Amino acid sequence: MSFLDILSIIIPAALYTAAPLIFTALGAVFSEKSGVIGLGVEGLMVFGAFSGVLTTLLLEGNMGEITPWLAILIAAIASGIFSLIYGVAVISLRADQTVTGVAINMLAVGLTLFLIKKIFNKGQTDFVDFRIDKVDFPILSDIPVIGDIFFSGIPYTSYIAIAMAFVVWYIIYKTPFGLRLRSVGEHPAAADTMGINVNRTRYIAVILSGVFAGVGGAVYALSISGNFTGHTIAGQGFLAIAAMIFGKWHPVGAMAAALFFGFAQSLGITGAQIPFLQDIPSVFLIMAPYILTILALTGFVGRAEAPKASGVPYIKGTR
Amino acid sequence: MQKLLKNQRLFNIVVPLFSIILGILVGAIIMLVSGYDPVTGYGALFNGMFGNPKSIGEMIRAASPLILAGLAVGFAFKTGLFNIGVEGQLLVGWLAAVYVGYALDLPAIIHVPVSILAAAIAGGIWGMIPGLLKARFKVHEVIVTIMMNYIALYSTADIIKRYLYAGNEKSFPIKESASLASTFLADMTNGSRLHWGIVVAVIVAVFMWFILEKTTTGYELKAVGYNQHASMYAGMNVQKNIALSMTISGAFAGIAGSMEALGTFQNMTVMSAFTGTGFDGIAVALLGANNPFGIILAALLFGGLTTAAPQMNFNANVPQELVDVIIALIIFFVAASYLIRYILTRFSKEGK
Repeated sequence: MSFLDILSIIIPAALYTAAPLIFTALGAVFSEKSGVIGLGVEGLMVFGAFSGVLTTLLLEGNMGEITPWLAILIAAIASGIFSLIYGVAVISLRADQTVTGVAINMLAVGLTLFLIKKIFNKGQTDFVDFRIDKVDFPILSDIPVIGDIFFSGIPYTSYIAIAMAFVVWYIIYKTPFGLRLRSVGEHPAAADTMGINVNRTRYIAVILSGVFAGVGGAVYALSISGNFTGHTIAGQGFLAIAAMIFGKWHPVGAMAAALFFGFAQSLGITGAQIPFLQDIPSVFLIMAPYILTILALTGFVGRAEAPKASGVPYIKGTR
Repeated sequence: MQKLLKNQRLFNIVVPLFSIILGILVGAIIMLVSGYDPVTGYGALFNGMFGNPKSIGEMIRAASPLILAGLAVGFAFKTGLFNIGVEGQLLVGWLAAVYVGYALDLPAIIHVPVSILAAAIAGGIWGMIPGLLKARFKVHEVIVTIMMNYIALYSTADIIKRYLYAGNEKSFPIKESASLASTFLADMTNGSRLHWGIVVAVIVAVFMWFILEKTTTGYELKAVGYNQHASMYAGMNVQKNIALSMTISGAFAGIAGSMEALGTFQNMTVMSAFTGTGFDGIAVALLGANNPFGIILAALLFGGLTTAAPQMNFNANVPQELVDVIIALIIFFVAASYLIRYILTRFSKEGK
């Protein structure tokens, strides 16, 4: 097996698994940049996956192929609304963000399974008929060598995810809104003095994290799993947080880290086909992202610093 | 009412009680909206918790690992740390207890304590790593413990498959001499799976109270939790205390794992997802206001809710996940205690 053959197995698989992680990691970046810990993205992803699958199942009879794309949009809106529960608790009610994040994760799994049982009378949904399929990118997939590696057998969502990373980078680092977002996360009191509405900015950031994580969850459910159960999203959200940290709270960095984690995860599956990787037990590849995150935080892979006001509710008038 | 709010001790009791009531209320609203009868639903749930000796036995059995998981979270909380890694520490403790219970040949009087000790050591090491990283490199323990959870999940599954596999996704069972199971307790509760683990859990709860309230070490741990700089100025070794706190917390979580290993299951399954006990432990610790005795009560409540949930499903046709929703809501309200404080002050102002 030649090196190029190996690449044409590994890279499409990595891009395929990384897409949901990239979306969710970008959501976490928004939330954390504004000083709100993004631990709830796991639950928001669950809610997105649930809404995505439910919409697809309800509409695909009439709408056909376009349904999963519509479902992703609806999942984005639904998760954005769901994230308000988190927002109200941590911003207005000054609840502990880590604890509330854990509660949101439990609530999302419990509530969605409750609804699934109510609607379908069983513990999981049926498989959807129309998925986000793997496609060969028109024209580009015909380019020799590169076409097989980067543009064949990959769903469009992967390209959209990568493009979104640059959009988010532009929003956070090049627009007035992004400047406000970052200032609120670094020094909310100073931002308040400058006339920035701290809580409103944080609400927007939390809703955006809900939207992005919802898309991530829906993309996972509609391109990878195909149905929704209580175990559909099992740790993908935490993996996205890991990617965000490994990417040093930077959108493009988070995207690159998510790609790498997708790569490591897909190696656990495709590794058996690849000569020198066959000998490494797949468990090490599956654990790699988590170990690397710890090393990144420890400073062995470059120091990662969280926004300064992360986790602290803003109370006007306190120093 | 105003006086009541000024009293922090009383407030620690009022907030959990109010949160439980609010959680149950919102649960009732969810049932109403989705077309179930809350009275029938809660009736079946209550019956499932206290209806007969067997259900009470199952409630206490489910509470034992929850108490220990809650103590683990609570101990770390008391010392200013958030151990979200109880789940992983529990898994490695479970595996260690199964291994020692299976591989060694000892009389019961030694075998049981040795197996529990092995679980405590394994969990302790798993908790010590984030503790050391926090102490030495100032890495936030929340993220490290989450990552350690996944490492524990995948590595324990792999180790069972490689070295302890008895087929059917299960490890070899432990020996009779390491078992906490008791025919006496089972007979007393009409054949529930109640085992001696509850005694272990209560002993550990008393142990935690003793360390924190009656020893110098406990005083230092709490001081470091309140104010690191002041503690350092007073000559305490902050780094050592952080690592120690996480180690003890991890050891508690490891013992929680031994409850499953030596009591309920007598073996370990190849896990593909978390048990959830560790996360429920966060709920238990919060609801119990990090007090060892509060934690026991909270664990009994959550243990009862969890074991009664299938009953509610069976008798009232309400999906059992409703219980998870209620538990999540209770944590939510405890975390947002500002809301409860606000409601109470409003009421007291109007009362004047």
